Amino acid sequence: MTPEDGVAAIRVENLCLELTGGEPVIDDVSFEVAPGEILGIVGESGSGKTTVALALLGFTRPGVSITGGSIHVGGQTIVGQGASTPRSLRGKVISYVPQDPGGALNPSLRVGDGILDVLRAHQARTVGEDSVRAALSRVELSHDFRRSYPHQLSGGQQQRVTIAMATVCEPPVAVLDEPTTGLDVLTQEKVLAELLRLRDEERMAMVYVSHDLAVVAKIADRILVMYAGRVLEDGPTDDVIELPRHPYTKALVSAIPDFHNPRALHGITGVAVGVGEWPTGCAFAPRCEHRLNRCEEAVPELVETAPQHRARCWRWQELTTNGHPAAVVRSSETTLPPMPLLEVSGLEARYRSGRTDRPAVEWVSFAVEQGRCVALVGESGSGKSTIGRCIAGLHVPTAGRILFEGDELAGHARSRPLQIRRRIQIVFQNPFESLNPRHRVGSSIERPLRVLRRLPRSAAEQEVGELLERVRLPKRLEERFPVELSGGERQRVAIARALAARPDLLICDEVTSALDVSVQAAVLELLQELRRELGLSMLFITHNLGVVACIADSVLVMDRGSICETGPVGTVLSAPSHDYTRRLLEAAPCLRESAVGVGAP
Amino acid sequence: MSGRLRFLRTPSGAVGFGILVLVLLVAVLGPYVAPHSATAPIGAPPFTGPSTSAPLGTDFLGRDVLSRLLSGGRSVIGLAAAATGLAYLMGLAIGLAAGYSRSIVDPLLMRTVDVMLAFPPLLFLLVLIAGAGSSVGVLVLGVAVIQAPGISRIVRTATLEVSERGYVEAAVARGERAVAVITREVLPNISAPVLVDAGLRFTFSILIIASVNFLGLGLQPPSSDWARMIGENRAYISLNILAVIAPAAMIAILTIGVNLVGDAIARSLGRSYVPRGIRSPAA
Repeated sequence: MTPEDGVAAIRVENLCLELTGGEPVIDDVSFEVAPGEILGIVGESGSGKTTVALALLGFTRPGVSITGGSIHVGGQTIVGQGASTPRSLRGKVISYVPQDPGGALNPSLRVGDGILDVLRAHQARTVGEDSVRAALSRVELSHDFRRSYPHQLSGGQQQRVTIAMATVCEPPVAVLDEPTTGLDVLTQEKVLAELLRLRDEERMAMVYVSHDLAVVAKIADRILVMYAGRVLEDGPTDDVIELPRHPYTKALVSAIPDFHNPRALHGITGVAVGVGEWPTGCAFAPRCEHRLNRCEEAVPELVETAPQHRARCWRWQELTTNGHPAAVVRSSETTLPPMPLLEVSGLEARYRSGRTDRPAVEWVSFAVEQGRCVALVGESGSGKSTIGRCIAGLHVPTAGRILFEGDELAGHARSRPLQIRRRIQIVFQNPFESLNPRHRVGSSIERPLRVLRRLPRSAAEQEVGELLERVRLPKRLEERFPVELSGGERQRVAIARALAARPDLLICDEVTSALDVSVQAAVLELLQELRRELGLSMLFITHNLGVVACIADSVLVMDRGSICETGPVGTVLSAPSHDYTRRLLEAAPCLRESAVGVGAP
Repeated sequence: MSGRLRFLRTPSGAVGFGILVLVLLVAVLGPYVAPHSATAPIGAPPFTGPSTSAPLGTDFLGRDVLSRLLSGGRSVIGLAAAATGLAYLMGLAIGLAAGYSRSIVDPLLMRTVDVMLAFPPLLFLLVLIAGAGSSVGVLVLGVAVIQAPGISRIVRTATLEVSERGYVEAAVARGERAVAVITREVLPNISAPVLVDAGLRFTFSILIIASVNFLGLGLQPPSSDWARMIGENRAYISLNILAVIAPAAMIAILTIGVNLVGDAIARSLGRSYVPRGIRSPAA
């Protein structure tokens, strides 16, 4: 994807942004995007990637201002000397696709009217149905969708509508901010295919912002890795993934679960630095295992490490080796005596809301053996969470039986004996909602100790510290409120709360889906260790096949409320027998595939 | 906790709080510093203008307006506070039961509440007084019953939302009793939305009690009460205007103070309700 004419669609030079207080937010970011090229900007939460994306539209968040550098888009100056008013350019020269399409579409406007609004803002009043038809067909939606309201569409359709709105004026450049985060793998694949088609057919230049390197690797031609407001590495996708020059990129790559070659995941220790707490030297140094004194003293320059490839590290030359940890560690302990801890047979559960009464789960049967980890995979709405909730006693099944060590479980948790409630624990998806914001961390963890294990207060308090240590958190955190913790820390606390009961079976309901990839790796690492140390059995509910590959022993694939395929992880992921599994596998973003060929239909 | 008093840092909160403290001081200490009796004539003719012995003049029975003003606050504030408190107790009980139960209890309670909301408040209170007689108890209960439905609806909505959070589900999965789940997990997290309009509701209680007293259907003579004072003297407003204006001003000031404080508290709660550090995980 080399530019033919040499005129960059986007040219950013020495861009700097600061808070009103003077703390730098973005420091000296430069890059170019050619027409028909997709640039992926990758980084953890708080790395400044969204700030850069918004700056491309001449927009800053309140309290942040552009203090230096220039941005040229499609031959027009957006920031810098002789800048034109960005308002007239937005939508026409550069457009924006937001992360959450449900929140970005006006719920009271029909899809067609929403698209017309964009047109009217930029063109004559006489735009007609034809433009709407063209815009919708560009994202492969039929013309009938113009009469729909956003809430009548699925998440994927909504995101395609926002793309249609962004492309209706045929701007040469589009900025996409996490456009597929929160979408199913299958839907994500469709949206990505759409973007690739727009790139190839309309020769649009795109900036694709995401925290997920695997997705970016799938779509981008070049990757820009950001950390603490600076570019750490910038190069062609394959080169960056295959041979990362910067230790941070290397760490990001090894944090991505990959089902083609499952390996031990390595989370990045520590927390990303925030605005206003940048160290004097390399911002990544405190978390870098290769740091020298020099790293902490001065910020390294962004230097050319290969043609079209730059990295900001003092030691890139010594450290550049093949970036992938070779070790394949799929636990081959399949010879364990299969003593079923949990058996589910003929489970059926329904959801009632108002007059509708739809089945969420139908005729599901499976078993979790002692010490094993069974993964439940499927798209959202496939009923996988409902199964977890039935086992935890939060949802009463309408038919079927759940046996725990051979004894049938009552539907409501409250009707189950104390020992059963203690031995089955659940960890929830959203770490921002799973801890009571009004209770200190210590008291949240103490509760199951007191209720389920009937420990006296002093013993419980004692054990809270041990539990925090067990999930690799400092003891002082027990005095904190959840608001003061990061997402990964909260999820660790939630795990500690579940471990407090000394469970035999741990149900993990999408525990990593709300976390950054690097944090996800660390949490998975922790769960693996706990499994080994405590002999936990796990039911691991997820939509991410890469995660399945690195943690589970066997897989159940769910499609619309029933199980369509089961088997050991290795077999299901490498030789799927069911069509649906095959589609899931093809859609799942993964690093290897990207190295083979991007954009192949 | 210092966080609880954060509302004082806003100008409106500080001013409102000042006003409220002042009015409360008048209401509590007033009777002790009043120069004359609040219920007996002081010997001057009715409706004499301001003088040194009666700075605000006398009312229609020749009683000292200032003394009546100083002792007339307790009933308004006390009754309104009692009624609002009782309303919150009832509203919380109904709303929590409806929102947490997820059974037939919910529609049953809510439809009853809807029926109660259909009555015009003042009319309801007047009918109640006509039927049960006029007493302090009936007044407080009546105002509480008028306020409870609105509170219960807010409580129910907040409870429904909070009940789906992971921490509530974790407690349910632990098999904790419903009462424990509600008091430990639900209640602390619905307090912000529920208390946001407490100030407004207190104001409304003041006004409705004042209205009933003004109509002469609440507290009976010779009790001194700001609203009663307005009612008693309004026909003779041209003779001693202060006998009407002064109690009216006191009610107005009280209402403004309560509103300012209520607003400031609501705003400070609102801020902590959406915690500062929160961010979407992938943004």
